[in-house]
Amino acid sequence: MSAPLIWIALPIGLAIFLFLLPGERLVAWFGGFFAAGLAVLALFAPTDTALRPFGLFSLRIDSSLSLLGRQISLPPSTQIVLVLVYAIGAFWFFGTLAIGNARRLIPAGLATLALLTASLAIRPFLYAALLIQGAVLLAVLMLAEPNRPAGRGLMRFLIYQTLAMPFILLAGFLLSGVEAGPRDLAVILQAAILLALGFSFLLSIFPLSTWLPMLAEEANPYLVGFILSTFPTFALLFALNFVDRYSWIRESTEFFQVLQTVGLLTAVSGGVWAAFQRHAGRVFGYAAVTEIGLALVAVSLPEKMIGLQIIFFLLVPRALAYGVWALSLSVLQQGAPSLRYNDLRGLARHYPLATLGLFLSILSLSGVPLFASFPVRQALWEQLARHGFLPALWMGLASLGLWIAALRSLAVLNLAAENTPWALQETMQQRALILLGLLSLLAVGIFPQWITPLLTNLSGMFEQIGR
Amino acid sequence: MLEFFRWVAALVIVVTSIALLLGRDWRWSLGILAAQYLAVFFLFLSNWPLTMAAAKLVTGWMAAAILGMTLTNQPAELPDQSSRVFKLFLAAVVAGAAIQMLLLINSWMSEAGSPLLLASLMLIGQGLLQLGMTTNPFRVTLGLLTTLLGFDLLSSPLDNSILVAALLTAVSLGLALTGSYLLSLRLKTETE
Repeated sequence: MSAPLIWIALPIGLAIFLFLLPGERLVAWFGGFFAAGLAVLALFAPTDTALRPFGLFSLRIDSSLSLLGRQISLPPSTQIVLVLVYAIGAFWFFGTLAIGNARRLIPAGLATLALLTASLAIRPFLYAALLIQGAVLLAVLMLAEPNRPAGRGLMRFLIYQTLAMPFILLAGFLLSGVEAGPRDLAVILQAAILLALGFSFLLSIFPLSTWLPMLAEEANPYLVGFILSTFPTFALLFALNFVDRYSWIRESTEFFQVLQTVGLLTAVSGGVWAAFQRHAGRVFGYAAVTEIGLALVAVSLPEKMIGLQIIFFLLVPRALAYGVWALSLSVLQQGAPSLRYNDLRGLARHYPLATLGLFLSILSLSGVPLFASFPVRQALWEQLARHGFLPALWMGLASLGLWIAALRSLAVLNLAAENTPWALQETMQQRALILLGLLSLLAVGIFPQWITPLLTNLSGMFEQIGR
Repeated sequence: MLEFFRWVAALVIVVTSIALLLGRDWRWSLGILAAQYLAVFFLFLSNWPLTMAAAKLVTGWMAAAILGMTLTNQPAELPDQSSRVFKLFLAAVVAGAAIQMLLLINSWMSEAGSPLLLASLMLIGQGLLQLGMTTNPFRVTLGLLTTLLGFDLLSSPLDNSILVAALLTAVSLGLALTGSYLLSLRLKTETE
């Protein structure tokens, strides 16, 4: 048995089966347990390692598979990504038990995760752009509301993410002759321009991030949350592959300076705009813009290994916060015609836990102490402050924007008419999941060392950056 | 003689890419798209084997057929936001920029040849212009297919891997299917 078959082909096969399976809950249970099973398998059965389960028989999962003359490989260094990806998938899939939409999210979501995993596995890694594009097309089908025409946000998502692929591919083809070193500066310059354009589209760097708030405003918040917690992460891993591969990028100080400026600009634009929104969905979109910006800032740090650890450490708190936030928004949406602040007024009286979930998840993302993002944000802030006051100030501004957005959301949700009685309308499952999410946010914030074992093998994944 | 045919194909692409931007009748638009893929097929032949170039042609025609099947029984004219004169003016500006870029890129990729470079730059430019002017799923799909075809053509002298060609074919068909689905959602809502 080879790893690509288990973590790529099998989920695609199951996605097709789940697409045909009737019944929301059945799909949710199947999809959730399957994704969780793949995460557990990745955790306990690293590839290319001989295992003897219970001392009964010998088991070894080969890391590579050959397809049309190309290698698809999931070496042991990718173990952390496999665990995180499928654990995050299971987390989102089980959430559909409380808010529905399992048949829309899980089949397409599972296939999306498999394609994104394949994007990490394919060699040469350049071809990942094509697989990410496949995942984008699936995501569009998932996000399109069955009884409503596609909105501008969805169309922009399709356009921007699709435009990334040809720029990156063309740059890769140009660079194929100069992989060994900077022999031809003119070719490198052209390729650098194309790569910059491609990754600006793919990573939704300011000002190409407009689709995020638009999509978060018009589409189902839970589905948007899933997209926001998967696509930018894989886009970033793909970008890191380029940094790891080409020495002329790695050794260019100008590149990292530009990246830091662009990252801070993206983070500040997201944070500041989030503070002025009047739609809870749009705030979600702008928070995602901030997170993308901060991840870029982490890549730009002069201490590359610390930057890499921060990027991976950010994944879990971000996924948890997005999950609780999206779940809370979905619950609130059931009690309001839209997620505009005008429509959400006073809903805290009917949805207190969803209100708490919304408020605390934004606070967590803004890096408030005791919550999951705090330790890693603190580390990033500290690293930035070491190299200058101004970058640290900009990062603080981005966090402040999110903090204000959290307070405004709380204020609006509590603006109930006097003597409005408390009447809890959340279901038991919704309450349980939101509470579990909030407890996880707190647990990761108080005991960040629980995540550190996942970060031990990063240097194996990005050999050059990790040196 | 072969160079002459390449120039003819490139000029056909200049015309079709602009016509796609100006066209309002979906039947004409799909016919023009099919003609565009035929012209691009001749340009692909200069760098790729016949089978791979033919695969591109068939893919394009299939994409056109998918969109056409979704639009069957719909009125010929599709709603449009901008006037044709304005679009023609913008298309002329983009064409001018493409010719200017041709002079620059010719020095970077001289082995590709001017007809191929002109055709690919026109496809990319006019495709991007189309994408910038609309959110209509039909036009967005045409714009994306045109832009991708341009990049595909531009990269053909650099890479002729079967896997890349197969994946790009799958992406083009996927785009047509996705566009067709989004289009059907819009048509369904308009009918209701």
